Amino acid sequence: MLAAGDNPNPLLPPGYDIFWSAVCFVLVGLLFWKFVLPIFQRVLDERTDKIEGGIARAEKAQQEAKETLEQYQAQLAEARAEAARIRDDARAEGDQIIEEMRARAQEESARIVAQGQAQLDAQRAQIVAELRADLGRMSIDLASRVIGESLEDEARRRGTVDRFLDELDSVSAPASK
Amino acid sequence: MLAAVLAAGDGEGFHAPGIEEFYPGALLFEGTIFEINRIMLVRFVMVALLALFFILALRRAKLVPRGLQNVAEYFLDFVRLHIAEEILGKGAARRFLPILTTFFFMITALNLAGVIPLLNIAGTSLIGTPLVLAIVAWIVFNYAGIKAQGFGPYMKSNLLPSGVPLYMAPIIVPVEFVSTFILRPFALTVRLLANMMAGHLILVLFFSATNFMFVEAGSALLAPVGVLTLGAGFAFTLFEILVAVLQAYIFTLLAAVYIDLASHAEH
Repeated sequence: MLAAGDNPNPLLPPGYDIFWSAVCFVLVGLLFWKFVLPIFQRVLDERTDKIEGGIARAEKAQQEAKETLEQYQAQLAEARAEAARIRDDARAEGDQIIEEMRARAQEESARIVAQGQAQLDAQRAQIVAELRADLGRMSIDLASRVIGESLEDEARRRGTVDRFLDELDSVSAPASK
Repeated sequence: MLAAVLAAGDGEGFHAPGIEEFYPGALLFEGTIFEINRIMLVRFVMVALLALFFILALRRAKLVPRGLQNVAEYFLDFVRLHIAEEILGKGAARRFLPILTTFFFMITALNLAGVIPLLNIAGTSLIGTPLVLAIVAWIVFNYAGIKAQGFGPYMKSNLLPSGVPLYMAPIIVPVEFVSTFILRPFALTVRLLANMMAGHLILVLFFSATNFMFVEAGSALLAPVGVLTLGAGFAFTLFEILVAVLQAYIFTLLAAVYIDLASHAEH
């Protein structure tokens, strides 16, 4: 303790005060300069890096998702177009098939009708020929029986029969057509 | 009541604390530059506590802070964001962060010793520490200025600001010289020193008065006054905590401002 009355000037530093203050300052300065702040700065930098990295990664992921979505939508549109095209094709093909079938059926029916007609014609011709032969013979039989004798004159006989048959033809033909 | 105090003062004597508070007896190396007394020990203890706190907090610093690391980072961020980067901008802040951080935490730690039981005196209440820190601040801001502008332009921008007519130089130059190169460090020193000295004296006054009222005065009449002085002592203790941090903030902020002013020619 200083003696009473001996008042030191608080603005005049004793040597030891300056010395130990400087020592304390150097120690604290080294503590922060060499230890605390490097660690603090490293942690801050790491944190910044982490956050920025995270943001970049999120953006990339979003970009990828967007691209995938676009790709998917494009594929979907393509598939829809494809389906529509297939449907149209199928419809066109169906129409064509129906048309072909119809044409074929018509052809077939026409052919059947024509065939039937031809057959009818042939049968008719055959029947006419048979009838003509039968009728000629019967007529001659009948005439010989009516007249009672064979006609001597071959030429006259054939002419009579032919004339008769022609008359028959002209009567029956319009009816058949 | 006052009469009673004075009467008692006449007798056994109530001694108001004085300047001798700051010059306790030497414990080691008396009379040398290495003399260690109670206040020096308080400084060592606070420096050790400060180092211990930061070593414990940052020994295994993690990306995601926990516990003490959170607290340490909160304080470090306060200096970094609200003093260094706010005054100096991001670039210069990084250069001067070590010195500003040292100022802030050393002053805070030594100031807080004033309200820590058993220590009970601020390490900054003796002129040595404020003076050493102010001299360092003086060196740093002059270094920053000379480095940024060169010696000649730096002196000129400080002593004869542009726009001042030349015939004013004989008046302006001495005034500017004194204000920039002498008053700045002096004001830094005295502001801190006076605050901590005054704080210590007020606390000693209230608590020794409380002791006197309760114990030494030997009069029941004075006990209520003792309650009053005890309450006031407690209130001022809280106030001293605020002052401890506030003075550290002011010192560091002003150091940053001086560095910033020195780094830019026009101000």
